[in-house]
Amino acid sequence: MKYESQKVAMPYFIFALILFAGQIVFGLVLGLQYVVGDFLFPEIPFNVARMVHTNLLIVWLLFGFMGATYYMVPEESQTELHSPLLAWILFWVFAAAGTLTILGYLFVDYARLAELTFNEYFPTMGREFLEQPTITKFGILVVVGGFLYNVMMTALRGRKTVVNIVLVTGLIGLAVLWLFAFYNPGNLATDKYFWWFVIHLWVEGVWELIMGAILAYVLIKLTGVDREVIEKWLYVIVAMALITGIIGTGHHFFWIGPPEYWLWLGSVFSALEPLPFFMMVVFAFTMINRRRRNHPNKAALLWAMGTTVMAFLGAGVWGFLHTLAPVNWFTHGSQITAAHGHMAFYGAYVMIVLTIISYAVPIMRGRPYGNSNTAQVVEMWGFWLMTISMVFITLFLTAAGVLQVWLQRIPESGEAMSFMAGQDQLTIFYWMRFVAGAFFMAGLVVYLGSFFIKGQASPAEEVRGPATADA
Amino acid sequence: MAERFTKGMARNIYLGGSAFFVLLFLALTFDTQLRAMPERDNRDQLTDQVVRGKHLWEENNCVGCHSIMGEGAYFAPELGNVFDRRGGGNSEVFRSYLNAWMNAMPTNVPGRRQMPNFNLTDDEIDDLAAFLEWTSKIDDNDWPPNIEG
Repeated sequence: MKYESQKVAMPYFIFALILFAGQIVFGLVLGLQYVVGDFLFPEIPFNVARMVHTNLLIVWLLFGFMGATYYMVPEESQTELHSPLLAWILFWVFAAAGTLTILGYLFVDYARLAELTFNEYFPTMGREFLEQPTITKFGILVVVGGFLYNVMMTALRGRKTVVNIVLVTGLIGLAVLWLFAFYNPGNLATDKYFWWFVIHLWVEGVWELIMGAILAYVLIKLTGVDREVIEKWLYVIVAMALITGIIGTGHHFFWIGPPEYWLWLGSVFSALEPLPFFMMVVFAFTMINRRRRNHPNKAALLWAMGTTVMAFLGAGVWGFLHTLAPVNWFTHGSQITAAHGHMAFYGAYVMIVLTIISYAVPIMRGRPYGNSNTAQVVEMWGFWLMTISMVFITLFLTAAGVLQVWLQRIPESGEAMSFMAGQDQLTIFYWMRFVAGAFFMAGLVVYLGSFFIKGQASPAEEVRGPATADA
Repeated sequence: MAERFTKGMARNIYLGGSAFFVLLFLALTFDTQLRAMPERDNRDQLTDQVVRGKHLWEENNCVGCHSIMGEGAYFAPELGNVFDRRGGGNSEVFRSYLNAWMNAMPTNVPGRRQMPNFNLTDDEIDDLAAFLEWTSKIDDNDWPPNIEG
C-alpha cells in the first residue's frame, strides 16, 4: 500500500462481508420455504425474505465496488484520495441507510413502509430488485454521486491509467443508469422496458467494466506482467462486453411487449455475450503463465482465476443455454433463470469482490506479501467449499428448471401441469439445492474464519526474471 | 496478441464500438417506444383504475413471489395471463374469482406455501383485477406457451 488514504477501503470491505453473511442466511430461509412452504409464515413471508436476499446482494456488491475503487484509484493515480473524510461520511450514510431499509423490510409491513415513505407521491417501490423506498433510492443516488465526485477528483489529478479510465467509466455508467430506477410509468410495458436499463445495463454492461478493471489491477500486481500488455487486453475485453451487451439487452424484450425485431437482435447479440467472459478466462490464465514473479498471496491468485472461470460458466454458458428466443419461449421465468442468476452473480461479482479483498486486505493489515500460509489455506478451503456448493446449487436448480419446463411449459393447454402441481414434482431438487446452500454457508463460515487466523505473514516473494519497474 | 495490434487500436475499438452501439440502442429504443409499443400495449385501455391496480401490485410487493410476463419471483404462479387462466377472458368472472381468492388467503394448510392476506377492500381488488386484465392483453409475442403460465 503506497498511499495512506487507500485504507478507507477497509470499512467498506468489512461491511460488505457482514451483509454477504446476511444475504446467505436469507438465502437458506428461501431455500427452505421452497420445500416447507409455511416456514416462518407469517413472520417472514417469502417475498420479504427474497427482497432482503437480493437487496443485500446488491448493496454489499456496491460496498465491495466502492472499497475496491478507494483502494485502487489512489495507487493507480499515484496520489492520495481527494477526501478520505468524505469517503468515511458516505460510508456511514450508506451503512445506516442500507441497514434501516433492510430492517424496514423485516419489521414493517411492505404496504405500510410504502405509506410511511410517501410512495404514493413518487411511486418507485415494488419492482423486482428496486423494492427500496424512494427515499432510499435518493440516498443511493447521493452516496454514489459523492463517491464519484471523490474518485474523479482523485483520478483527474493524477496519472491516468487504463485501469482507472475503465473503472471510472463503469462507475459513471452505474450512476447514470441508476436514474432509470426513478422512472415508473403507469404503463407496465414501458415500466418493464426501462427497468431493464438499470438491471441489464448494470450487470451485463457497466458492471463488467468494473469487474474487468479490478481483474486487470489484481493481475498487474500479482503477475508483474507489463502493464501495456494487460491494458490492451482490458480494452478489448470491455469493448466486447459493451458491443455485445448493449443490444444484448434485447433478450429481455422478447415477451414483455416490444416488437418482434428484438427476437432476432436479442438472440444474436446475447449469444455473443459469453465472448468477453471467455476472453477474461484466457486473459487471466495467459497473464499468470507469463508471470514475472511468484506473488506469495496464492489465495488472491486463486480467486482471480476462479472468478473468470465461474463468470464464464455462470454468465456465459448458463446464460447462453436459454438466451435464444425459441428456447427462451419455454424457459423464460423458470427455475432455469434462477440457476443462471445464482451462478452468474456469484462467479462474476461476488468472486471479483472477494478477489480484491483477498489481495488488498492483507496489505492494509500490514502483510504486504499476503496472509500466513495457514490463513491462506483456510481461505482457499472457503473458496472451494463456496464455489463447489454454488456449482451444485446451479445444477440442482437447472434440473428443477428442466423438469418444470417439461411438465408445465411444453405440453398444450389442458395437458400441461399447473404451476403448483409442477412445483410438487420438483421437491427432491429443491431439497438438494437447500443442502448445497447449507454447504455454501459452511464455506462462508470457513472463509470468514480465515480472517481471524494469526501467524507469520508470508515472507517476501521470489522474483522470476527481471522485475518490471511498475508492478 | 501481435505487436501490430497496439493499445491505441484497442482503445479505439472500445470507444468507437461502445459509442456506435449506444447510439444504435437509443435509435431502437425510440422506434420501439414511439412507433411500435402504442400498437402493442393496448394503451388506449390504460384507465386510471388500471394504474391504481398497478400501484397496489407494487405496494404489496406481489412480484416478490409471483412473476408477471415471466419476470419476478418463481415461488408462485405467473400472473400475466391469470385473467385468461382463472377468468376465462371474462371480466366479471375474473373479478369475482380474484375477490374470493384474496379473501381466502392465507389457507394455513400446514407445510404448503402461504400467501398473506393483504386486507384489500373490494374496490382495491377490482383495481387489481383491472390491472391484471389489461396486462393480459399486451402483445407479448404469444408468451407463455400455454395457459398454465
